[in-house]
Amino acid sequence: MPEIRLQQLRKDYGAVNVIENLNLEMADGEFTVLVGPSGCGKSTTLRMIAGLESVTGGQIMIGDRDVSQLEPKERDLAMVFQDYALYPHMNVAKNMSFALRLARMNKSDIEKRVKEVAATLDLTAYLDRKPAELSGGQRQRVAMGRALVRDAGTFLFDEPLSNLDAKLRGQMRAELALMSQRIKKNMIYVTHDQVEAMTLGDKIVVMKFGEIMQAGTPEELYRSPANKFVAGFIGSPTMNFLTAELVEEGGVLSATGQGFAIPLPDARKASLQAHHDRTIHLGIRPSSFSEGPGGLKMPIILSEYIGAQSVLISELGGQRVSIEVNTVAPIRAGEEREFTVQGDEVHLFDPKTEAAL
Amino acid sequence: MSIARTNRLTPYLFLAPAGLVLLFALFYPICYMIYASFLDWNPSQRIGEADFVGIRNYTKLFSDPAFRESMWVTLKFAAVVVTLEMIIGVGLALLLDRNIRGMSVLRTLFILPMMIAPIVVGLMWRYMYHPTVGIFNKTLKSWGFDPIPWLSDGNWAFASVIIADVWQWTPFIFILSLAALQSLPSSAIEASKIDGATGWQQIIYIKLPLMLPVLIVTLLLRLIDSFKVLEVVLVMTNGGPGLSTEIMSLRINRTASEFRELGEAAAMSNLLLIVLLILTFTMFIYNKAQDARAARLRAVEEEA
Repeated sequence: MPEIRLQQLRKDYGAVNVIENLNLEMADGEFTVLVGPSGCGKSTTLRMIAGLESVTGGQIMIGDRDVSQLEPKERDLAMVFQDYALYPHMNVAKNMSFALRLARMNKSDIEKRVKEVAATLDLTAYLDRKPAELSGGQRQRVAMGRALVRDAGTFLFDEPLSNLDAKLRGQMRAELALMSQRIKKNMIYVTHDQVEAMTLGDKIVVMKFGEIMQAGTPEELYRSPANKFVAGFIGSPTMNFLTAELVEEGGVLSATGQGFAIPLPDARKASLQAHHDRTIHLGIRPSSFSEGPGGLKMPIILSEYIGAQSVLISELGGQRVSIEVNTVAPIRAGEEREFTVQGDEVHLFDPKTEAAL
Repeated sequence: MSIARTNRLTPYLFLAPAGLVLLFALFYPICYMIYASFLDWNPSQRIGEADFVGIRNYTKLFSDPAFRESMWVTLKFAAVVVTLEMIIGVGLALLLDRNIRGMSVLRTLFILPMMIAPIVVGLMWRYMYHPTVGIFNKTLKSWGFDPIPWLSDGNWAFASVIIADVWQWTPFIFILSLAALQSLPSSAIEASKIDGATGWQQIIYIKLPLMLPVLIVTLLLRLIDSFKVLEVVLVMTNGGPGLSTEIMSLRINRTASEFRELGEAAAMSNLLLIVLLILTFTMFIYNKAQDARAARLRAVEEEA
């Protein structure tokens, strides 16, 4: 199984440029997730890799083979579509074996392979059914099965879980993760759901307007987002952004805003030299707030009880912030509590370029 | 009368005018025709003066070689034109189902023949088939070939009417097939590409099977129409030479106006009607079966 490289990939629709100069490397056997809001070009990128969309410029290398001008069937890949794309006139067994039948594999081998895969996906009882006679989750598994029987080098997933209800989605996500551990192939997965991206990906590629904002492991993206967009996109509940100023007083550098001042660790002083006394954007994850005396006094506007955690909506410097706390005793709206934020847990962004400082 | 009951009757009230029109415009003529088919009736007589002859008109028809020939010509005509039209129409749709510049103009051009009145189509083709000044023979002559007796030889005449009908009605199948093609789930076709299907394999294993419900209805509609064709053949050959192109509706026309046998003509019309009713019922049953299947699938889906 070879690595996959996208080199200076470009896609235009007529005069409209949707992807410009996209470069990305995916290691052998890596589970890569392309994630971003609608219209960020993630699906287009995947479809170009699949060969369903023509490439305007650049190369798609699978191993040392440039496949960008090849037909989909010459690229050795299998794909799971968002709407499953099952063949409505074929039963489950025929759907799963279609590619093998086209490849003229012998009948007994096909049957054996389909039965094997059907067993792993719990589909044995449904092999004679047509797609319309299956539930959404079963159809999803058939789509997965159709890809799995092929034993292709690369598996592509185009938002495969987005048509399922929340509970089933969680279940399938876990099954997918198990499957990818088991078969260890190149997997490229497109989603707009950052939870899916975080839980499934070895590597996450965050995209916006046809550009890669950041690519890295889930931890890298969560701990050190390269810019404000990635910081806001990864993590749930979403990171809070506040406007502040970097002020040095008595040798301590702090991010100071209306009604708050968060001292920053000395280690960051040097790198922030150029931004002293300038406006910056401050990013604080809801989980970075901890309740305790001597912190910022914050009014609780709304309290969302989730279970072990509660999300509190509050206000800081006239801006709305959410705070995630462990539910010890219920906190009610209308109360006022004190929260502290550690200086090494805040993220700083340049207000113009939005790059992390 | 309770309000609920009045409400239930309301739809029938609204349907009544249409029902009345149907009664006079459809059932009355049919009954009249069925009754007339049992009479020995001459156009100079009033219907009351005609003699009742029982089923003699029908028995006579089956022993009449001219009628049997006409029946055979009609079946042959319907089978050949519908087959050709289906193959060419579906083929064209498969060819033109793509986004190339100017395709919308092409598509419009393709469906023009269907919009021309059949009489005009007949006249047009008669001029083109003209033995000396027609475009076909003139072209053949200029290339140094012998002229073809388009309408004066029995076999050629049959082929000529078929060509004209195919020219006029292939677009009907073309637009319905194209609509069917364009409503196919694009992701299923993409999935087949990923699965390794070539262009032909996509057509044979995915596109045609998925288009089948539309194709069957289209085929039946065309079949029904081709049994009733009259004007084009009337204008081009009037059934000749000999009986080579005398399709049923022409035979009926001639029996009534030329041979002045209204009873016999009515009997023939009834036979044609029975054939058409069988076809219509086939279509009806097919549609019902499709609906029932869809309903069953929906029920399964809701259960799941």
